[in-house]
Amino acid sequence: MKAVRWSIPLAIFIILVAFLYVGLWRDPREVPSPLIGKPAPSFALTQLQQPSQTLTNSDLKGKVWLLNVWASWCVSCREEHPLLMRLAASKVVPIYGLDYKDDPGAGKAWLAQNGDPYTASIVDRDGRVGIDYGVYGVPETFVVDKQGVIRYKQIGPLSLEALQQKILPLVRELDK
Amino acid sequence: MIRGGLLLIAVSALTLASAATKMDVPSSDTALDARLKRLETELRCLVCQNQTLADSNADLAEDLRREMRALAVAGKSDAEIKAYLVARYGDFVLYNPPIKSTTWLLWGGPFALLVSGGALWWIILRRRAARLPVVVATDASGEARAREILEAAEPPASAK
Repeated sequence: MKAVRWSIPLAIFIILVAFLYVGLWRDPREVPSPLIGKPAPSFALTQLQQPSQTLTNSDLKGKVWLLNVWASWCVSCREEHPLLMRLAASKVVPIYGLDYKDDPGAGKAWLAQNGDPYTASIVDRDGRVGIDYGVYGVPETFVVDKQGVIRYKQIGPLSLEALQQKILPLVRELDK
Repeated sequence: MIRGGLLLIAVSALTLASAATKMDVPSSDTALDARLKRLETELRCLVCQNQTLADSNADLAEDLRREMRALAVAGKSDAEIKAYLVARYGDFVLYNPPIKSTTWLLWGGPFALLVSGGALWWIILRRRAARLPVVVATDASGEARAREILEAAEPPASAK
């Protein structure tokens, strides 16, 4: 009887601590996207480097590609940029950029200064395509498969860890 | 200390100033404005997560308010506007999440706690009642016995 008396509050306490401990390591800013497993929302936007040309999502059917949401005003984009440059140089997967709510001139100047890892960048001046993709924290990176389905979303800057453990293995698998 | 205080005042003045510049322009359609306002208070801003879309001055909140207005003007219902946002940002945008398998703990948890707490309370009360002897004071000796038990049950003054 005595043992039951103190073991119940202890058990409740341990469960509570376990929940709080797990909560410590979870980022509340990372909201799971409902778009994973769904077709990538369609777009038809002008290209940043060739404003006379538009790029649509159906142009990209049949290959695995990354969509990296960036902007010249985005501070964390500078953090992930060297990784994107290395990824582009490795030619493992084409990276398409979505220049989100940015002035095209500023965007071009930013790429000229920091290097352009993108096969093409498209201009989302008013952020409408961003909303369709559920963008809320630039930078974000999507992995889209050959059928045009979103398979993964990285919220916030890419890390070497995320790239090596999640994105590259996924790209390799989707490329088969 | 004084410098810190001044800095705080300066920062809050700046925040106020930037808040003042970002107000949405009210339209002529007051019924639509009121409807959108009500809808916006039920939706969460993804950037500043503890603010509603109505309260937030984040760029994204502004854009989403613009999109919601466009949808409302196009004749979409409140449910359709909510569905538009949920399709893009998930159930997290709703301050009133739907009941489904992933949220049953959220909805049922408080009630489960209430019921188990009530049951525990009832059990403890019953056990305590069973421990106390029942004395029916029918005569003087019974009353004296009852007083004796009550005094014995009272904690000594030093225990307080």
